[in-house]
Amino acid sequence: MSLLEIRNVTRRFGRLAAVDRVSLSVDAGEFFTLVGPSGCGKTTLLRMIAGFEEPDEGDLLLDGRPLAGIPPERRPVHTVFQSYALFPHMSVAENVAFPLQMAGTPARDIDGRVREALELVHLDDRAQHLPAQLSGGQKQRVALARALIGKPRLLLLDEPLAALDAKLREQITGELIALQRAVGISFVFVTHSQHEALALSHRLAVMNCGHVEQVGSPEEIYARPANRFVAGFIGTINLLPVEVREATPAALRLFAGGLGEIISTPQPGLCTGDRGTLALRPEQVRIIADGGDPMTENRARGSVRDCLYLGDVTVYRIAIAGGVVIEALLANRDPGVNRFLERDAPVIIGWARDSGVFLRD
Amino acid sequence: MVGRRRPGWLWVAAVGVYAFLYLPLAIVVILSFNDSLLNAEWVGFTTRWYVMLFEDRALLGAAANSLFIALVSATGATLLGTMAGLAMQRCRSGLLRGLPVLVFAPVAMPEILLGVSLLLFFRQVLDLTLGLLSILIAHVTFSIGFVAIVVRTSLAAMDESLFEAARDLGASAWQTFRHVTLPLIAPSVVAGFLMSFALSIDDFVITFFVAGVGVTTLPLQIYSMIKVAVSPEVNAVSTLLMALTLTLITVASRLAPAALRLRM
Repeated sequence: MSLLEIRNVTRRFGRLAAVDRVSLSVDAGEFFTLVGPSGCGKTTLLRMIAGFEEPDEGDLLLDGRPLAGIPPERRPVHTVFQSYALFPHMSVAENVAFPLQMAGTPARDIDGRVREALELVHLDDRAQHLPAQLSGGQKQRVALARALIGKPRLLLLDEPLAALDAKLREQITGELIALQRAVGISFVFVTHSQHEALALSHRLAVMNCGHVEQVGSPEEIYARPANRFVAGFIGTINLLPVEVREATPAALRLFAGGLGEIISTPQPGLCTGDRGTLALRPEQVRIIADGGDPMTENRARGSVRDCLYLGDVTVYRIAIAGGVVIEALLANRDPGVNRFLERDAPVIIGWARDSGVFLRD
Repeated sequence: MVGRRRPGWLWVAAVGVYAFLYLPLAIVVILSFNDSLLNAEWVGFTTRWYVMLFEDRALLGAAANSLFIALVSATGATLLGTMAGLAMQRCRSGLLRGLPVLVFAPVAMPEILLGVSLLLFFRQVLDLTLGLLSILIAHVTFSIGFVAIVVRTSLAAMDESLFEAARDLGASAWQTFRHVTLPLIAPSVVAGFLMSFALSIDDFVITFFVAGVGVTTLPLQIYSMIKVAVSPEVNAVSTLLMALTLTLITVASRLAPAALRLRM
């Protein structure tokens, strides 16, 4: 049995359904992420789990017991807020002790546990500081310690990294993974950042307009997006409009304007004439120098429209006949391939038949 | 000190405004130390008018009344005004949407209007004998709005997730109020109390209408004294009252600078 069950939950604001018939489950010990653009309903869903909103329809179950009607303070669920929400009139230690005091923990136990919690986030030397004296990253860690000290069944994190600068975000991302492993509490993490979602989660749910578009491991979501939205939202991807020429158990033959025939991985349930999109990651596209790469069954001629040098990789935009533009991403560790790729240079690109996913319209 | 020179006209304007505001008051203060019965020319320094104040039984009685009324009405106004401020912040939709305007309105209402309407209300509707109780109720009435404004302003500047965080971490609604909301609004509540106290102790117009014959407050007593003559004694008591009011307002503005739009 999963720890948290979300069954067909809907929440409306006026006539708009912010969360629309969402069903999800989170397992014990799991790092689960809700990711999507702003306004997709992820925060509303989180607030329903915390108890700040009640669903209009559907049920939330924790350990198999319905949460309906239980106020936030009686749910074994704690939240790390985007603004951290540290109590400004209390010291770091008092902030962290707050959940224990509210739970009626004996005073003699509180000090030790507060010290333990602060050690966990490497802030034991800041116990007597006020929140206003801390940096953004430190506040974030106090908020984490405070939310974890009461040993909740579930920890909710509402865009906790959004207010930090890029360098610090990277560092705290690593710390979060280690922390979650150390405490073994299930995390439900809300973010609009695909990078955070991919890096942190065991599983993630991609949300859009109140719906869950796809649930899966980061690898599944990235390699096999279920639809155009997921493909476009997670990572960058080439989306080529195609039509099915022939669908057999052995191969899928597609036709795309400008590119001609494309061979792709077979998929069940497709018929000749079906229209759809071929989603192809830029790193799956090869640039073939002298025509010799047996792995790339699909080929096209084009010319370099522009290139973006990013240090470790270079992103090329290749113009193909018929106005099609394909992005290709090449690692810079091998200068031999990139050397002669200037603007307008004629190139041949190619990709393997098992690269790319056909998405039905 | 090395600094950018401010334009001269700004200094002139500033001095002009301060003179306009404080010159009449300064004259009262100076004359209260003047060793002359007539307020005409400076004779010499004395504190005897202050000594006389403390022998004037009628004046002392009025002062005691004023302090009592100020203390009780400020307490009442602070309790009610704080609750109104909290309610305004919490209930920003539905039936209570109009609450702020209704609570703030008496702040801007002409005092004479409030005085007359309270008099009518006490006499015609409640059939209350005018006296201490009617003054107390009147003072609470005109102070609530000030407290509510100060408390509400400080709440509006706060991150609402603070209160949600408290609930989320296991505090009941009451515990959230006691451990988070109240400590955070405490400076504004105290500022509201001090303002109410200052308003109450200074009030003349409304008190004049609702005091009846039995109870006299300090401003009413001063008024009855100057009907005879502006004696040095009046100057002395006015100076004390002024000092008290200034102190209260200064402390209040330090406690809740945002609410009073003051920086000191």
